[in-house]
Amino acid sequence: MDWSPISLTFKLALTTTLVLVVIGIPMAYGLAFSRFRLKPVIEALVSMPLVLPPTVLGFYLLIAFSPNNALGRWLNEWFGFSLVFSFEGLVVASVIYSLPFMVHPVQSGFRHVPISLKEASHLLGKSRVTTLCRVLLPNMKPALLTGVVLSFAHTIGEFGVVLMIGGNLSEETRVASIAIYDRVEALDYPTANTYSLVLFIVTFVILFTVFLLNNGYALKRRI
Amino acid sequence: MIDIRLKKELQGAHGKMTLEVDSQIHPGDLTVIYGVSGAGKTSILRMLAGLFKPDSGKIEVNNSCWFDSEKRIDVKPRHRKVGFVSQDYALFPNMTVRQNLRYALDKGQPEKIIAELMDVTGLTQLQHRKPDTLSGGQQQRVALARALVRQPEILLLDEPLSALDEGMRVKMQDYLLMLHHQFNLTTLLVTHDMAEIFKLAGKIFILDQGQFVRQGSPQEVFAYQEISGKYKITGTVLHIEPNDIVYVVSILIGHQIIKVIASEAERKGLKTGDRVLIISKAFNPIILKING
Repeated sequence: MDWSPISLTFKLALTTTLVLVVIGIPMAYGLAFSRFRLKPVIEALVSMPLVLPPTVLGFYLLIAFSPNNALGRWLNEWFGFSLVFSFEGLVVASVIYSLPFMVHPVQSGFRHVPISLKEASHLLGKSRVTTLCRVLLPNMKPALLTGVVLSFAHTIGEFGVVLMIGGNLSEETRVASIAIYDRVEALDYPTANTYSLVLFIVTFVILFTVFLLNNGYALKRRI
Repeated sequence: MIDIRLKKELQGAHGKMTLEVDSQIHPGDLTVIYGVSGAGKTSILRMLAGLFKPDSGKIEVNNSCWFDSEKRIDVKPRHRKVGFVSQDYALFPNMTVRQNLRYALDKGQPEKIIAELMDVTGLTQLQHRKPDTLSGGQQQRVALARALVRQPEILLLDEPLSALDEGMRVKMQDYLLMLHHQFNLTTLLVTHDMAEIFKLAGKIFILDQGQFVRQGSPQEVFAYQEISGKYKITGTVLHIEPNDIVYVVSILIGHQIIKVIASEAERKGLKTGDRVLIISKAFNPIILKING
């Protein structure tokens, strides 16, 4: 039994989530609080992965990252790695694909923290970064948790994008969802079943924990 | 000396309104802005704090310029030394009382002011509690203490006592007066509670339709109104019922319902929900002391 697809899946989900925390929170902050003319364009782009077939995204990323293209060639020359058929490429694709699952909950979290708290912090002489880290984020834990967990879980469930851009390379891009498809094609049902069951249980436990915790927060607030 | 000259187009409840005020506040004064809701009181405080931008004007506090539309100066809220207490107190729910106060410390500011403020506001016992476990009056005290940590050049209070019950309000007024004198504060308070004005205010601005229509000491300002032996009370009609040849009208005044006899002619045109003025000659009022 080869467990590498399972471990690869969680490695991918973890890396993607970490990257999303770093870029998703500032992005959500910008979308929640600033008004600029291009905001609807950015909002639409962030939400696109929700409606677009993953294959479309995968297809364009494949074209863009291809060494035959300017971007792909530049990346190859400067960083010495290719984003096509590689783990790094999967991370980039997953980040784009799961972006709305991080940005949307966090953005609505920002909007639900009373504006007077933000103002109070500024009036106490605190900068935007201090206000963000010490006042806003600690008071929107349920939104952050939702964003983190949904991004993680959604990355686990990825298939189309990975297939397009990652292919099926053992220990590099063969994540669990691909491995299941691969095993079914080879009529190896017991292995496919094992992978499926692991994903089924793990995702259930993750989502169950989120709802449990968020209900806990809600109850605490009501008292 | 605090110089304020502000102009701003506001979208009020009754259409467009121009807020235009020009006034001075003396250091050490407790000044009250009084006016009906929608007159622009909160807007003035928010403009002073830098949370709301005037169309034009100038704000100068103790010789430093905070806002000048001509010179395009607009100092950010965090660089203005104001203490601001809003109606909802805006305490940080994730911090204890002590942490709320400590958060307000400027870089390098000695911590001893925290203990001192907690001591005078009676918060020492509560310092490790979170704000949502405190009563309204206690939260109010935390908000006030927090606003004073940075020793602001002006303390702005936006109807801070309106959410408290009567007994608590009187107590908090005493606290406010005590803090005002003890820390030698310059305070600007927005309120529409008449008793509060007479108790607290050294100077009062009456704001109406975006303009300061009168200013001076409370006695000066309100002595202006003619004092007569007539009561004028406003209320809301709750119920009208015929009784023989007259009508009995139930009217809600504050939290009390009173019954007034009305003739057919007086009743005409009155319906439930109407705002009415009740006028009576005060020939035998009885005054009873109810507090203390």
